[in-house]
Amino acid sequence: MTRAVPVVLLIAAAMLAASPFMIDAAPPEVTMGLVQKIFYVHLPSAMIFMVSSVMCGVASAIYLMGGRSAKADRIALAAAELAIVFGLITLVTGPLWGRKAWGVWWVWDARLTSTLVMWLLYWSFVLLRRFGGAGSETLSAGVGLFGMALVPFVYWSVNVWRTLHPMTSVVPTLPASMGIPLWWDVVAFACLFGALFALRTRVERLRTDLDSALADADE
Amino acid sequence: MISVLRSAWLIAAKDLRVEARSRELVYTTVFFAVTAVLIFAFSFVQEDSTVPPGAASGILWVTLTFSGTIALTRTFEREREHDTLRGLLLSPVERPAVYLGKLFAVLLLLAGVEAVLVPLTGLFFQAPLGRAPGLLCLLLATGTLGFASVGTLFAAMLVRARSRDVLLPVVLFPIVVPVIIAGVRGTNALFTPETDLAVVRMWLAMLVSFDAVFLSLALWTCGPLLGE
Repeated sequence: MTRAVPVVLLIAAAMLAASPFMIDAAPPEVTMGLVQKIFYVHLPSAMIFMVSSVMCGVASAIYLMGGRSAKADRIALAAAELAIVFGLITLVTGPLWGRKAWGVWWVWDARLTSTLVMWLLYWSFVLLRRFGGAGSETLSAGVGLFGMALVPFVYWSVNVWRTLHPMTSVVPTLPASMGIPLWWDVVAFACLFGALFALRTRVERLRTDLDSALADADE
Repeated sequence: MISVLRSAWLIAAKDLRVEARSRELVYTTVFFAVTAVLIFAFSFVQEDSTVPPGAASGILWVTLTFSGTIALTRTFEREREHDTLRGLLLSPVERPAVYLGKLFAVLLLLAGVEAVLVPLTGLFFQAPLGRAPGLLCLLLATGTLGFASVGTLFAAMLVRARSRDVLLPVVLFPIVVPVIIAGVRGTNALFTPETDLAVVRMWLAMLVSFDAVFLSLALWTCGPLLGE
């Protein structure tokens, strides 16, 4: 799997290099004009953020219920770290867009707040891993699992305030001139995610192998 | 099922007996809550003694969250100091019973804190506590249960971790965000002059469903999470 990483990274780099030209060629949106272009980066990163958070939750559940497989643990850790990276892209591009579209940097609407809370949750996953000491694998798996159960509650609780955010149902109705650059970027981000994910799980595997080899040498 | 509850009660009674002898947790947590309320009073109450709208419910729940976190850390610190949690986990009791016993003890402790904290908020911030006392108690009870059900599990897991004092809030606060939102908003709807009981009931329903989901999740996962 790791042999494909350079190829996938190259594809992602080429696609991301081409994407500004495709975004430029897409027609401007009627009401928002130029600002709307950030959508071609914002939405793909938000999608990858969601994918990695689901992966983290599922891998954590498998780790806890299915006999502590080291592989599930590696997947949960890599997914949590990538959720932080892509969540950061989402949380930076979102306010930039919101400032122009709504006139404010931040509103406490359901999507923004739940993205922020979930992003913080993956931070706590990673912090726990980094500073929790021995046995933090189980602990962080608990965080991943509880985090998955948390999503509907955060969304529901914040949704009672009004929601400013455009609904995602707009995506299937996009004209092809806007849809093609969007999906192009989704694929590019997915390639980047896949390559980083493969690399991160590999690094984690090597790290644990080294740790156990060191422990053996000490005995 | 009955035996699980009986063992849980034995563990809770053990904790309460230890507490009744030293009273360390009750005294320190209640005192912490009182000082926290004072700090909030200095930060929010205006020069002419008026309280900004919504401050009372916010202060109540923030204080409850902070003192609850301290109580959780201390409860398990006591088990760690004498390495008694290992004994508890080695005893022929199922994991859910250990978890439930700890949860009962924490809930009773927090109820004691609330018995001081809630009248104090009423006194300092002119919160109309008597408007719907039943609903207020239900909000507090369901909110505390939601907070403590997640908190007890994670505090128990963190007993053996390094820097557990700071890691508990790091882990716990993002997870209890819905409890805080529902608790604060529900209490606020109760405290505002034009009380809307339908809104309060809606938040109460959310707290009940949060409790149901996270209590069952905690009972289901406490076996693998609390470890061998």
